[in-house]
Amino acid sequence: MMNQIPISWFLTLSAVLFALGVAGFLFRRNIITVFMSIELMLNAVNLSFVTFSYQNKSIHGHLFAFFVMVVAAAEAAVGLAIILTIFKNRQTLTIDEIDSMKN
Amino acid sequence: MQLWLIPTLPLAGFVINGLFGRRFSKSTINAVAIGSVVLSFAWVLKTLLGLMPLDAAHIEHYFTWIQSGAINIGCDFAVDRLTAVMLLVVTGIGSLIHIYSVGYMAHEGGYYRFFAYMNLFMFFMLVLVLAANYLLLFVGWEGVGLCSYLLIGFYFTKHSATTAGNKAFIVNRIGDFGFSLAMFLIFTTFGSLDFGSVFHQAPGASASVLTAIGLLLLVGACGKSAQLPLYVWLPDAMAGPTPVSALIHAATMVTAGVYMMARSWPILVHAPAAMDTMAVIGIATAFFAASIGLVQNDIKKVFAYSTVSQLGYMFVGVGCGAFSAGIWHLMTHAFFKALLFLGSGSVIHALSGEQDLRNMGGLRTKIRWTFLTMMCGAVAIAGIPPFSGFYSKDAILLAAYRHEPWMYWLGVVTAGMTAFYVFRAIFLAFFGAYRGHEHPHESPPVMWVPLAILAVLSLVGGWLFQIPDFLRNFFPVSEAPEDTSLMMISVASGVIGIFVAWLLYVAKPAMADSLASAFRPIYTTLYNKYYVDEIYDAAVVNPLVAGSEVVLWKGADAGMIDGAVNGVGSLARKVGGVLRLLQSGNIRSYAAWVLFGSVIAIIAMAIAALPLGGLQ
Repeated sequence: MMNQIPISWFLTLSAVLFALGVAGFLFRRNIITVFMSIELMLNAVNLSFVTFSYQNKSIHGHLFAFFVMVVAAAEAAVGLAIILTIFKNRQTLTIDEIDSMKN
Repeated sequence: MQLWLIPTLPLAGFVINGLFGRRFSKSTINAVAIGSVVLSFAWVLKTLLGLMPLDAAHIEHYFTWIQSGAINIGCDFAVDRLTAVMLLVVTGIGSLIHIYSVGYMAHEGGYYRFFAYMNLFMFFMLVLVLAANYLLLFVGWEGVGLCSYLLIGFYFTKHSATTAGNKAFIVNRIGDFGFSLAMFLIFTTFGSLDFGSVFHQAPGASASVLTAIGLLLLVGACGKSAQLPLYVWLPDAMAGPTPVSALIHAATMVTAGVYMMARSWPILVHAPAAMDTMAVIGIATAFFAASIGLVQNDIKKVFAYSTVSQLGYMFVGVGCGAFSAGIWHLMTHAFFKALLFLGSGSVIHALSGEQDLRNMGGLRTKIRWTFLTMMCGAVAIAGIPPFSGFYSKDAILLAAYRHEPWMYWLGVVTAGMTAFYVFRAIFLAFFGAYRGHEHPHESPPVMWVPLAILAVLSLVGGWLFQIPDFLRNFFPVSEAPEDTSLMMISVASGVIGIFVAWLLYVAKPAMADSLASAFRPIYTTLYNKYYVDEIYDAAVVNPLVAGSEVVLWKGADAGMIDGAVNGVGSLARKVGGVLRLLQSGNIRSYAAWVLFGSVIAIIAMAIAALPLGGLQ
C-alpha cells in the first residue's frame, strides 16, 4: 500500500500537522489547548521520523519516534500537573493572565 | 669542612623558635636561640682552625641552583681570609648580643618572635658572608634587609616604628637596584657571577665597563651601608630594640656594603674613578654625619649618626685602596659600636625606657658596670692609643693622606667631632647631677657580662687582631709608610674633642647653652639634621605621594581601571534594559520568538544548502 502513496504526501501531512500545532500554540489562549498543540507538533515530527525511517530502511527513525513518545508521555504527566496547580492557585487557564514573571 | 652548618644552625633556631616558640618557656627559647648561634660560632672556630693558614679560598659546592642557557649558578660557599674575619665578627658579636638580649628583652612582648628574627638574621648574614658568587651574596643581602625591616618594626603597634621599617626597606631598594644592575653588567661582561671566575677575568675587561660596575656596586653599598645620599634610613632604624641596633645597624648588616666592596677589589683596582667616588662619598658622609651627631639629644640617635660616620671612614679606607684598613675598622667598629649601643641599651633599661640625654646625668655611681664598659667603648672610638679604634682609624687616615691630603684633614676634623659627641653623650649621661625621675637600677649580669667582653675587645682588639697582617696576601699591597706626625695630629684631634666635651658638659655646663644660642643658625641646622629628611620629603616623597594620588589613584585606578570595570557593568545593564523588553512574561510572545528564530534558522540552512550560483 505504501508503495502507491508517494513519500511527499506523508511529509506534507506532517508539515500541515506541525503548522496546525504551531498555530494552535500561538493563537489559542487556553493552556490545555496549547498543551495539546505541543503534542500535535511532537506527533507531526514523529510522522516525519517514521516516514524517513521507512524510506531509508533504517531503524533509527523508529527509535527516535519511540523516544519522543516516552518524553511526550513524561511531559504530559508533568505538564498536566503544572496545569492543575496553576488552576488551583489562580482559578484561570487563560494563558495571557499567567504573566507574573513580567513584574 | 661542612661550611653549610654555619648558617644552617641559626636557620634551625629560627625554624624551631618561629614555629613552636609561642608554646616554649623563655628558657627554652633562650637555649634554642643562643645555642644555635654559639654553636655556629664554635663551628666557625673549628672550621677556621682546620683550614689555617687559609692562603687560598676553600670552596664547597653543594648543588647547582640555577642552570639556564649560559647561566650556571651554584649554591657555593667559600672561606678565605676576608670571610674568616667576617665570620668571626658576625658569629662572635652575634653570640654576645644574643646573650645580652636575654636580659634586655626580658620584659618585652613577642619574646620568641624577637629571637626567631635574630636567628633568621644570623642565617642570612652568614649566607652573605660565605657566598661564593654575587647572586648568593645578594640572597643574603636581601635577607638581612628583610630581617632589618622586621626588627625595626618589631614594636609594630608604634606607628613610628613601622614607618621607620618601611623607610629602611624602601631606601634600600634604591641601593639594591644599583646592585642588581651591577650583577647584570658583571654577567654580560664576564659570563659568570662566581667570584673566582669574575675576578680572574677582571684585568682583561675594559676600564669603562669596570668603572660602571664599580659605580653600580657602590650604589648598592651606599644603600646598605647608609652612606650619602641614602643614609636617611639608619637613624630612623633606631626605632627597633637596642640589641637590634647593635647587631644589625652597627656591627654587621650595615658593614655588608663595605665587605662587598672590599670583596670586589679586583674589579675596583681597575676602576679608579669608582674608588675615588667611594672615598669622596665616605669622607663626606663621615664629616656630615658626625656634625649631626654633635647636637642630638637621643642617646641612640647620637650613636646612629656615629655609625653612619664610622661607615664613612670604612668607605674612605676601601676607596683609598687600603682595603685591609677598611676591614680592620669594620672589625674594631663592630666591637666598640656594639658595646656603645648595648651600653646605651643598658642605660635605657636602667631608666625604664628613657632615651633623652637631657633626662639622664649622674649615672656614674648608679650603674657602675655600664659606665665603666661604655667608657672603654668611648676611648676606643675616640681613637686614643693604644685602644682598638686608634689602630684602624689611623691606618685609614694614613691611606687617605697618601691618596688626597684634604681627605686626611677632613678625617682629622671628623675624628675630633667623633670624640666630642661620644664624650658629650657619656658626660651628659654619667656625670653631673641626675635629672631624671625614674629610679636607676643596674642591669643583670646577663647584660653586663657581654658588655665587659666587648669592652675588653674594644680596648685590646686593635692591637691583638692585626688585620692588615692577616690580610697581607689577600689584598693588593698598600704599604702606607708610618708617619708619626700624622698619627699625633689625629690623636690630638681626638683628645681636643674629649677636652671640649669635658669643658662644655662637666666643667662649665652653662657654656654649651650659650654656645648654642650664639651660633643659633648652625645649631638649629645641625639639630634638624640639615633638613635632609624635609628636603627628601619635598623633593621625592611628596611628589610621589601626590603623583600617586592624582595620577595613579584618581587617574589610573579610579579613572581607567574602575572606569573600565564600571563601564562594562553599565554597558551590560543597558543592553539588558533593552533585552528585558523581550521578557514580557507572555508565553505566546515567547513562542512567537521561537518560531521567528526557527524560521531564520531554516532560511539560513536553505541558503547554505543551495548550490553555488543557485540563486541566479
